[in-house]
Parts: sequence; structure tokens; C-alpha cells
Amino acid sequence: MARDWLKGAKQKYDTVIIGSGLGGMTSANLLAKLGHNVLLAEHHYNLGGMATWFKRKGGHVLDISLHGFPIGMIKTFRKYWSKDMADRVIQLKNIRFDNPQFTVNTTFDRVDFTNLLENHFGIMREVIDEFFNTVREMNFYDEIKLSTRDLFERFFPGRKDVWRFLMEPITYANGSTLDDPALTYGIVFSNFMSKGVFTYQGGTDELIKEMKREMESNGVDIRTHCLVDKIYVEGGKVKGVRINGRDIECSTVLSNANVTTTIQHLVGEENFSPEFVEEVKNVRLNTSSCQVYMGIKRGEKIDYDGDLLFSSVADEYDTDKILSKDVSSRTFSFYHPFIRPGGNRYSIVSSTNARYEDWANLSESAYLKEKEDLIETTLDALEKYVPDIRKVADYFEAATPATFKRYTLHPKGTSFGTKFEGLKVSRELPNQITGLFHTGSVGIIMSGWLGAANYGVIVSNEVDKLLRSVKAEASMAASSA
Amino acid sequence: MTKEQVRQAILDILTEIAPDEDIHSISDDGNLRDQIDLDSMDFLDIVMELRKRFNIEVPEKDYEFLATMSSCVNYLFPLLGDRKLAS
Repeated sequence: MARDWLKGAKQKYDTVIIGSGLGGMTSANLLAKLGHNVLLAEHHYNLGGMATWFKRKGGHVLDISLHGFPIGMIKTFRKYWSKDMADRVIQLKNIRFDNPQFTVNTTFDRVDFTNLLENHFGIMREVIDEFFNTVREMNFYDEIKLSTRDLFERFFPGRKDVWRFLMEPITYANGSTLDDPALTYGIVFSNFMSKGVFTYQGGTDELIKEMKREMESNGVDIRTHCLVDKIYVEGGKVKGVRINGRDIECSTVLSNANVTTTIQHLVGEENFSPEFVEEVKNVRLNTSSCQVYMGIKRGEKIDYDGDLLFSSVADEYDTDKILSKDVSSRTFSFYHPFIRPGGNRYSIVSSTNARYEDWANLSESAYLKEKEDLIETTLDALEKYVPDIRKVADYFEAATPATFKRYTLHPKGTSFGTKFEGLKVSRELPNQITGLFHTGSVGIIMSGWLGAANYGVIVSNEVDKLLRSVKAEASMAASSA
Repeated sequence: MTKEQVRQAILDILTEIAPDEDIHSISDDGNLRDQIDLDSMDFLDIVMELRKRFNIEVPEKDYEFLATMSSCVNYLFPLLGDRKLAS
């Protein structure tokens, strides 16, 4: 008989959290610390969602999305997780660009960017300062008339090289393009510019292990291999969920699944107002990714001291080119031994933005062949920086949008959730159905490790508010009975 | 609670939210955001702590009253004034 992954679970919880991305886990931990009874259900065998890793023979540990987050993550770890975790945050100091327009090395912070914009790109100091001040003042509730393209056109007209310098890393970080609202660019860019790019010493595996330990000590009932396929709603209120075929009662559900999946598949459109259902249909998914993982042999090293490299052979920054299967732009993450002290191991991960459609409808043999090609062309491109990569690496693997879909269940394997309009839909859920909440990558700004974790906190505040009023009513009813 | 006790209650919350900041240097009328480097997430934490510790719900429209120490005390005193400190 199959193992019962819900063995010993209670019949009823205050809240059930669907999915263990960083948003789901941060919510689970915080709500448990606030005294609520929390069940965290994850369909995969590992926690973490896109914050994940895998191990392969030969002692290889390969990270999916560890590189890199803004300094704000220190505070987020400290407040919602632990001081020990905050103390593990370290800076990645060598961020490189290499493309036909320019080759630069930067610490990716305001001081260094100002210096490069002034001295390398020849932009006037006043323009640079005004640009930084403008993007810093952007808020997510601002009007979204201005696109990022408009913003760049205003400050750096015709300077496609500057656009690329400012845009390429953000596209890598959250999939955004020149046509997305400028404020989504401004918020994320400013977060990074405050102090640079950071990562977690110990790797994603250590991070998730710590989070699991922390959640357990706060009383979260963590269940892996547990797929929620139904959220029950009655009279406009959440009543429970179905997990692996078993019904569990709860007055609140916090879905860390994709927001459109939550509405259209888990709850069902019939439970929402027709206007809202229409609005949800207009939410665009963000793009997905391809990655190539390269494990370096034990005892070998790589003679390249960059941490992150934005490499491209395309003439200029172009959204279509970035998404094209005919890859011209790649971001290489170099994982040096200091990331996992004691192991003395290296790995390299290449990431490119990609479209699900290009990968979903291939025959099995064509798919495997395309993956092989992806690995080969990636190695060709990497040889420019690590000439002996084929000699020092002994493990290669590729992931495509289809891979991301399989592991995260995100529609079309989206690795950055939805476009900006998803945020409004996500925020509106509790007004449509009492007790229904969503957290996860919506609208770019609530994306990436910092955005995901902080959005989890923002939504947990609302879950806590509702749960306390539900509990107060219940105790009043009990005392008057 | 007296006004001084309300002030102390706020300081206790700030100590938890911003453990690395010098809480005792806070002046009554300066902006908290600037004095101890609080961001919008920190203000959300203050709201959550007030709910947890005192069962007080601060609606979003009242967040502005959390801007300075003295406006916090003036806003919270009527809500906390009849509370007894846990002994």
C-alpha cells in the first residue's frame, strides 16, 4: 500500500498553506509564531518551490535560484526567520557584463553604477542622480502609465548600451521587459542598488533545512508529497481543502500556488463574481526559463573570479531575442567554494529566459535532442570565459520550461509568476471569498527571494487579522451558550 | 496604562522589530522612519505586534498615526488607557 503522507494529520487547522515557496514558508512560520494552527502542504518531496537544489553523483550540489538577492533579505531573515540565517547572508562582489556594446565589472550598487555611468558611458552626473532619485521614489501603488522603455527614453534617449546595462540584470532577476511598468523596474532595481547583490552561505539546501527546522520548532505541521487539488467554499467562505483525496477543515487557505491556478482550478470560477473571473482571464503569465547545470569535478577548479556574468552576443538588448530559442544572451552564475565552505567545490549554472511553447510540444526524442543542443551551445559560449570547461566539468544537465512545470506545477512553467495585473487579483481574493488568500510571484515586485518572502508577510498580516476575529467570535459564542 | 507605560510598550515592540537600532535615542517628535531606519515592512510588523500583544486593530487609514513616537502614544493611549499591565 502507498504511504499515507497525511498520517497523524488533524481533521481541522486554522489555516492550510498550499505550496512551500519562500512566500508559503514565510507565512507558515509567521502564522505559527502568532499562535495559529498551520498545515503546510507541498506536492513535491522537497520544500522550497523555486528556491531549490538537487544533488547528483560525484558530490555535485546544484542550485536553481540562489544567486542573488538584495540586502533587504538580511532584515527579512532576521525578523521572520532567525538571526543565524541573517548572519549567513554574504555579498557577491564581482558582477560582470560582456556583450558587443561593453565589458564591465561592477559591485552592482549605486556608487559603482554612478561611477560607471559617468566615466564609462559618459552620462552627465546630474542625469544619473536624477534617474536614481526617480526610480527610488517609485511605489507599487503608483499609477502605471510609464513603461520602463519610456523611463529609459526620458533619461537616456537613444543610448541602447545604457538601457542594456540597466535592464539585463533585472530581466534575469524577474523576467521583466522594457514594456512592463517602470515602477516594477524601479522598485527592484533600487532594492539591488542600495548595497549590491547577496547570497546565502551554505547554499539553498542549508537554507531550506534551517527553514524546516524553524517551522517545526514553531509548530507548523509540514507535509510533503501532499497535493491540494480542491479548496472548498460554502456561502462565500472557505470551508476546507482536499489533500491527497482527504478532506481537511480550515477557515482560511493561503495559496502559494500560481494565482490563476488557485482561482480557476482549486476554487473554481463559479465561486467568484463574473467581473472578477473576466479580470483573471486577462492576467498574463510571466515567462519561464532554461537552465544548464555544470558540475566541476572533485579536485578541479575554475579560473574565473566573476560571480554573476551577463553575457550576450546580441547587438543590443531586445526582449524577443532574450526569449528566443536561438539563444544569444545567457546569465552565468559561478558558485565558488566560499558559497559552501568546507566542500571546495565549484559549479556553474547558465540561465536564459524562455517560452513554454517552444518546448512543450516536442516529441520525446526531439525534446532530448534539443536539451543536448542547449548544453552544447552553452558550453561553447562558456569556453570564452572558462576555456577548459569541458575538461574540468564532469556533470551536465539541462532544465526547460517543461521541467519547471513538472516540479512547481506552475502553468506554462512560469518561473516569475504573473505580470503586474496579477497583484491586484491576488490582493482581491479575500474580498471575493472570506478566508481565501494568495501569496506568490505576482507583478514582478513581489518576486524573487526578497519579494516572495515579504509578500508572504504582508498577506499573513491579513490572515492573522481574520483568524483572530474568527476566534474571538467563537469564544464569545461559546461563553454565551 | 499611563502614557509613560504606553510609550514603554511601543519601545518594547520596536526593540523586537529593530534589534540592532538604538531605541533609547528616539526623540518624541522626529520621524521614526528616519530615526531608526524603519521601512514599510517594519510598520506592518508594528501593526501585527499591537494585534498580538494588545488585541488592537490599526486600520490602514490610521497608519499615519504611527509616524512619530508622540503621535503613536497619542493614538494608542485612548485604546490602551484602560488596560492593566500584566503583572
